[in-house]
Amino acid sequence: MNEAFFDKKDYKSLDRVDGRLKVTGAARYSAEYQLSGLVYAVLVESKIAKGTIKSIDSKAAERAPGVLAVISHVNAIKVPGYQTSNQHPSEPPVNGQPLRAFYDNNVYYNGQPVAVVVASTLEKAQYGASLVKIQYEKEQHKTDFDANMESAVLPAQAKKNPKSPVADYSRGDKNAFANAPVKIDAEYVLPTEVHNPMELQAITAHWEAEDKLTVYDKVQGTQPTQKQFAKEWNLPPENVKVIATFVGGAFGNGLHNWPHETAAIIAAKQVKKPVKLVLTREQMFTMVGYRPYTWQKIQMGATKDGKLVAINHESVGQTSSYEEFTESTLQQTRMMYASPNINTRYRILKLDVSTPIWMRGPGEATGAFALESAMDEMAFSLNIDPIEFRLMNYTDSDPDKQLPWSTKYLKECYDAGKEKIGWEKRKMQPGSVRSGEWLVGYGMGTGTFGANRGVAAVRAELDAEGNLLMQCAITDIGPGTGTAMVQIASNTTGIATDKITFQLGNSQFPKAGNQGGSSTVNSVGPAVQAACNALKEQLKTMIASNGGSQAAFASAKTDDILFVNGQIQIAGSDSAKVDIGTLFKQNNIRKIETTQESKPDENRNKYSMYAFSMHFAEVHVHSLTGQIRVKKVVCCADAGTIISPKTAANQMIGGATGGIGMALMESAIIDHRFGRYVTKDFAEYHVPVHADVPHVEVFFVNKPDTLADPVGSKGLGEIAIIGVAPAIANAIFNATGKRIRELPITPDKLI
Amino acid sequence: MIQFQYVRTSTPKAAVDAVSKAQNARFIAGGTNLVDLMKRDIMKPEKLVDINNIPLKGIEQQGNKIVIGALALNSQVADNKLVQEKLPLLSQSLNAGASAQIRNMATVGGNMMQRTRCNYFYDTAMPCNKREPGSGCGALEGFNRMHAIFGTSEKCIAVHPSDMCIALVALDATVVTTGPKGERRIPFSEFHRLPGDNPEKDNNLMENELITAVEIPDNAFTRNVHYLKIRDRASYAFAVVSVAAALHIENNTIKDARLAMGGVSHKPWRLTGAEKALIGKPASEETFRNAANIAMEGAKTFKYNAFKLKLGPNTIVQALKNAAEPV
Ligand SMILES: Cc1cc2nc3c(=O)[nH]c(=O)nc-3n(C[C@H](O)[C@H](O)[C@H](O)COP(=O)(O)OP(=O)(O)OC[C@H]3O[C@@H](n4cnc5c(N)ncnc54)[C@H](O)[C@@H]3O)c2cc1C
Ligand code: SF4
Repeated sequence: MNEAFFDKKDYKSLDRVDGRLKVTGAARYSAEYQLSGLVYAVLVESKIAKGTIKSIDSKAAERAPGVLAVISHVNAIKVPGYQTSNQHPSEPPVNGQPLRAFYDNNVYYNGQPVAVVVASTLEKAQYGASLVKIQYEKEQHKTDFDANMESAVLPAQAKKNPKSPVADYSRGDKNAFANAPVKIDAEYVLPTEVHNPMELQAITAHWEAEDKLTVYDKVQGTQPTQKQFAKEWNLPPENVKVIATFVGGAFGNGLHNWPHETAAIIAAKQVKKPVKLVLTREQMFTMVGYRPYTWQKIQMGATKDGKLVAINHESVGQTSSYEEFTESTLQQTRMMYASPNINTRYRILKLDVSTPIWMRGPGEATGAFALESAMDEMAFSLNIDPIEFRLMNYTDSDPDKQLPWSTKYLKECYDAGKEKIGWEKRKMQPGSVRSGEWLVGYGMGTGTFGANRGVAAVRAELDAEGNLLMQCAITDIGPGTGTAMVQIASNTTGIATDKITFQLGNSQFPKAGNQGGSSTVNSVGPAVQAACNALKEQLKTMIASNGGSQAAFASAKTDDILFVNGQIQIAGSDSAKVDIGTLFKQNNIRKIETTQESKPDENRNKYSMYAFSMHFAEVHVHSLTGQIRVKKVVCCADAGTIISPKTAANQMIGGATGGIGMALMESAIIDHRFGRYVTKDFAEYHVPVHADVPHVEVFFVNKPDTLADPVGSKGLGEIAIIGVAPAIANAIFNATGKRIRELPITPDKLI
Repeated sequence: MIQFQYVRTSTPKAAVDAVSKAQNARFIAGGTNLVDLMKRDIMKPEKLVDINNIPLKGIEQQGNKIVIGALALNSQVADNKLVQEKLPLLSQSLNAGASAQIRNMATVGGNMMQRTRCNYFYDTAMPCNKREPGSGCGALEGFNRMHAIFGTSEKCIAVHPSDMCIALVALDATVVTTGPKGERRIPFSEFHRLPGDNPEKDNNLMENELITAVEIPDNAFTRNVHYLKIRDRASYAFAVVSVAAALHIENNTIKDARLAMGGVSHKPWRLTGAEKALIGKPASEETFRNAANIAMEGAKTFKYNAFKLKLGPNTIVQALKNAAEPV
């Protein structure tokens, strides 16, 4: 960990295998399939937050040039899955009743899709949509989180199951906080944040036959979506094809299927033509989930010499009136520090808003803002360096699950980060370091996220020219999945990376779940390895059967069988070199193939598996005007083996950027008189621009965790952002002495 | 967006004739504001008169003034040698606005005519007197963090979002127009309006009148100037507050001063009282603070923008400090 990745001159890392396609525009996204007969759909949204639709006047729209149909609950065809079960078969499962497009005349929130206009061009559809007039019967709505917090409830899943991750949790002495010698008692607020990937949510829906549906859909899982639409339309899964070859960012909003998707499918069925539907930026705020508005309270107790004795952490997160969305805001509080006494309490508040969905670092990023701010507050009141304070409460095993860690190299992260940020320049007393009129502060925050792993399968095919083709249904929402998989295959087989192709984003390929929860490399990577090894087994048998000098292959270890300069050899021996073309000719075959599945093993019950990160920030705050400039960020990750250094560093830089947005800018605000968002485009909802993002130095511990999975990776998409916002908030405190507990931290809060 | 007619013109007269003939016509220059507003059905002209072919892009010295054509691009003006040398405050203010791409399309006339960024104005589902007279002011009791503290009315509390205009009002510019009734010259400080009872009117340009140029006196504010814009991120955001400051300093005494503020009013807000308080005083923080306090007299805040009472004067002080000691 001596040099930041991009500062190395001689790093070896595969360029993104699809980079050229992306930068030249050759990559096709869901809205770019020009099917013959394609028509365009535009959604009409509700303008009230609660009530019913009295009437829809669509006459003018229907008469408008080019308009083919105006579809709403009045005339929408019946979606068979809506009728057979009142539980919309959604992925992932959430308690409640997901919103059904055009099912009835209920309005659950402001900005809900209530009709769709289909026309021969986008402009005609937009104009048609502007002519649809809707009369409502309004009811009193509730959207104000602060005013309604009293009504927060325990999630239904926790009521049913006291072991649920969102149930109340207690370890040790429940009342330890009351007797703690030093106490912190503080409340933290995170406003609603919206994923806002560059690519707008888009779907092109095509009924290829009465009972055969193909969708080009911006989703994070092709097979979960296939399952969803198969149930919804009462079709055998094989009749539903989901294509998501390229996804232009998602951050979680493609982990659920949303009403606009069903709206496009209904429309395609009704007009008997392929239909394209792209959300507007404003619709991204109300139709595809968000990070929920969350209130938290932390009571932290410690001894005077810096030992934690109690943490009570409470959280209330917003959800819709019709679905109970929950996330693991409090999980890290249970396992991060060695406090003997911990209570956590999670509640949800149902409001007349749309349903949230996981957003990068879901739950944990929100929780870390409170926990890591509180750690900083406590360290300050104890007059102990914040890193020292964390080391004093470091845990060498998981105090929550009471299991050993599979691996944990967080101390290495502290050490590297401390040096790189220049921690020695930090002074305990806020406001002590200045650069002209600017106050200079240093802060840190820790992140952690489960090293998740799921089931995945990969099909691999090797031809006589030594080209390796692999396929898997997984998507790539941006981290560079194809690149990492090509690298794993190359590492496993010795085949040059330019001879390897990894195809993804198609539900017809072998099994994969969603790309989410930092689990892709950990899940699909092992399947790639397994498929490559199975091919090598086949080669080994084939070669050994030739006898003579090649008989030695029979007893070779699979791992040792490698392509070296295009020829198959037993590594580390002076074995025969076998030409694959010749071998296949001898055996009269053109290619070999295999499909291998890989799944989590029993180690998951024996070890606690987490990835860890550490973020450091140097922040300058102008003493008179409160302007904030993040001057430097250092990120260190313990994410197991780093397969593809370049795309991994890219993930970390993206996470730091998201964390800067979370700390300083992002906030979707509702005017509660109308229950409607007032900051819902890029002019009002700010994300960092280049000038807000300093040089981000990225370091990886890069030590394998083979207990977590055979590839040794622990995942890093989430830990890239978790802990960044508190690092910045803590740096701002160190600069100014102002502790801001409600994000975002804008200049007006610092003057 | 509704369907509309589109015509191109190449002389001021032809342009004025073309808009005068139609019922609901508008000029279009860079289109960076108007097209957005049309897409959202906030403005619905039935005819667009494209003025980009009219030769009004010049930037030149004429006697003791600098004349800038209404169609000069924001980026051209900002990068122009004459402007940088004689009107550095104007150049700074332009570079603080929007993004490089938008500045490459946006024109001087369009910048003056750009409409407020009030959240309620932008959403046709919300009440807004400016967009729909009589529907009420959504911001008055709503989310008004970005809104005005000077010259507001019960009908509207919006701010004019331009950066360029703050420098122009400070520099005593004059707007030159031509219309059905011929040419007019309007002092910049009288060009934009306060909302009063008619917030639908942003300014005093008459119907079918075309802006042809702005004239700025060559008043030698070339050294001690600063445009300071406070925004919620480092770039590409509208001002929370901004200050244009220009000083003549001799032997550490302020001989002359110009001061204006953005993000605080329906019109670019010239601070004449504060200017008076600066003149004849030493260029010191104490002088600046005193002027800043005078500048804030009469401010009236709303639920979410009370912080401007503190951010405003602090920004004035900082802008004056930067002007007095340019880096
Ligand atoms: C994302 C974004 C960010 C921005 N950020 C900033 C910022 O930070 N600071 C800032 O100051 N501005 C900002 N702007 C606004 C930008 O400066 C204006 O959109 C631009 O100056 C308008 O000029 P235009 O030539 O494109 O005008 P157009 O859009 O063509 O026209 C705007 C209006 O002016 C009228 N008009 C144009 N020319 C004339 C004329 N000669 N005579 C009479 N009427 C005329 C038109 O009829 C129309 O009503 C931003 C804009 C965008 C889109
Ligand atoms: S402040 Fe002006 S622009 Fe904004 S809602 Fe009120 S009337 Fe409309």
